Amino acid sequence: MRARLAGWFHRRGWSDLMVALPYLWLVLLFLIPFLLVVAMSVATKTPTAPPFSFGGEYPLVSFADYARLMQDDLYIRAFLTSIGNATLAMVLCLLLGYPMALGLTRVSRSWRNVLLMLVILPFWTSFLLRVYAWMGLMGKNSWFNGLLTEGWNTVVPASWAVTSIPMMNSNFAVVLVMVYTYLPFMILPLYASLERLDPVLDEAAMDLGSRPFRVFLDVTLPQSVPGIIAGGMLVFIPAAGELVIPTLVGNAADPMIGRVISDEFSVATDWPMASAVAVALLLLMVVPMMVYSHYQARSEGGER
Amino acid sequence: MEAVVTGAAPAAETETPFIRIEGVSKTFGTFQAVRDVNLTIRRGEIFSLLGGSGCGKTTLLRMLAGFEEPTAGRIFIDGQDMAGVPAYDRPVHMMFQSYALFPHMSVEKNIGYGLKHEAMSKAQREARVREMLELVQLAPFATRKPHQISGGQRQRVALARALARQPKLLLLDEPLAALDKKLREHTQFELMSIQERTGVTFMVVTHDQEEAMTLSDRIAVMDKGQVKQVGSPTEIYEFPQSRFVAGFIGSITAFEAKVVSVTGETAEVEVPAFAATITARAVPGLVAGQKVTLAIRPEKLTIRQERPAAGNVVEGTVKDLAYFGKDSLYRITLPSGDLVAVHAVNAKRGTEALRVADWYDRVWLSFEPGAAILLVE
Repeated sequence: MRARLAGWFHRRGWSDLMVALPYLWLVLLFLIPFLLVVAMSVATKTPTAPPFSFGGEYPLVSFADYARLMQDDLYIRAFLTSIGNATLAMVLCLLLGYPMALGLTRVSRSWRNVLLMLVILPFWTSFLLRVYAWMGLMGKNSWFNGLLTEGWNTVVPASWAVTSIPMMNSNFAVVLVMVYTYLPFMILPLYASLERLDPVLDEAAMDLGSRPFRVFLDVTLPQSVPGIIAGGMLVFIPAAGELVIPTLVGNAADPMIGRVISDEFSVATDWPMASAVAVALLLLMVVPMMVYSHYQARSEGGER
Repeated sequence: MEAVVTGAAPAAETETPFIRIEGVSKTFGTFQAVRDVNLTIRRGEIFSLLGGSGCGKTTLLRMLAGFEEPTAGRIFIDGQDMAGVPAYDRPVHMMFQSYALFPHMSVEKNIGYGLKHEAMSKAQREARVREMLELVQLAPFATRKPHQISGGQRQRVALARALARQPKLLLLDEPLAALDKKLREHTQFELMSIQERTGVTFMVVTHDQEEAMTLSDRIAVMDKGQVKQVGSPTEIYEFPQSRFVAGFIGSITAFEAKVVSVTGETAEVEVPAFAATITARAVPGLVAGQKVTLAIRPEKLTIRQERPAAGNVVEGTVKDLAYFGKDSLYRITLPSGDLVAVHAVNAKRGTEALRVADWYDRVWLSFEPGAAILLVE
């Protein structure tokens, strides 16, 4: 028996274990906690510890929090703000990151390594520190704000003059800091997909009469769509659920969804409501992704 | 600058070359890839650039396509100076060695790509694509993507795409290199027939001498950035002008020799390896006492068991023989110890006993005066 077990292990054990590990990880650290959140979202708030219970009356679960989600203006606005800010950040990251990623593929190998290093370098400093740095820059009394104010005052008529530019505590500040923070997540997948493209294809398009920009539109851009989608998701998903940036530089009167979840948990001690918002956010993110990957798989399947 | 055209000129006028490459050089850093190349190519011919890797043939091709600018010299296509004309404005299209098909476009989109820049209606464009698909016999595959068709089909898509806009010059970079041997032969003839039907001037870059020989009207043999010789396949093979060309095309055995005397068309040459003086066709500028190379191709030698009565005769011993079926290759040791290769066609059917010669046989090699090549360079 032991010998047979050992035999199995040598034949298949290692590869099965290797395959099982990531699944085990996902089940333990994602699926089970997520199911707990889902369960909590249909519980009722109680003044106990933990502050929820599965109500004494039939049917034990309550969808009241989901109903509130649809009706309460606060949640709907928070979702819209989150999606708006995240979309804007994603588009801006794409517009900034694409030329950078393309540039990375067009420089010599030694330069490429230096520049890639520079893209990743900000990660070596604490994220919070960097957000505080932005707060300092955007603040009313900073030299940066002063410089911008002076610039503004010199180009606009005197009646429009301002003493400082109100940047802090606005969606503008949130988007700006999110673009700054998430830019590497856009550049790296874009670079990975652009780097694989065969430069001979550019020459072929040019040979057939296309000017450089046309070559970009016809050859480079369509082939980099997977990179655009990957980068877009890597920026959009964390940006939509972002908590720290809107808390520090955002407008408290117009919160993003991450802030709402956090407040429900800690300030209002309404764990079921917080869980319902979290589940809704997840569905909002996952459903479009699943639709996309479904069509992606279908179009790839059709090609083969 | 040109002399006034008189009544006698028309002959020269019709011979005006379609493509002129004048003193073209290309330097990358300190490396001289192409050195002072002068070539003229006629309208509608298949012209090959033949040479080993790093001989400059690809650089020359890229300069014609407009991907590289010459460091010196000029290129004219149909009378138009190509200096400063970018690749996308040149009437030159290229069939890339890797084919460079756009992977995200179907076969018909690939073929029609260049037509986007032509002033033609959608219907005309579609008709042209269909015509090209017919030309390369790919009509049933029009909507497939490049990765859904075979290597040979991809090659034809690349050809159709490059021909769709009716270029004045089609550049083909190692057109057959990526195909397997069987397909290569077939494709070679197809290329020739398509060239004939379309009348487009073809310029082929290849390192494969056989490919160059069968495809081309004329060949330029290149080495170290220079053109060593230009001529028809026959001229290049039978009348090489340098040891390099003689050795690069086909196989050859070369011997040191010294000119004894020159009389009109023939020369007497003393060949130490043969321990004999032989008669060969003279080349211009040959003088008595000059050191030359005598080169002879294996199939120009006749092998016999008995000594022939007259002519150029060399004695030797069979060292090796390789039987290929239709012919055999013999390696003969000369009295001097040198080896010479002889190709003999097995015209008679029979067993080993009927062979012209066998291992360690004493044999006589003979050849006509015209068969030996005298090389000064």
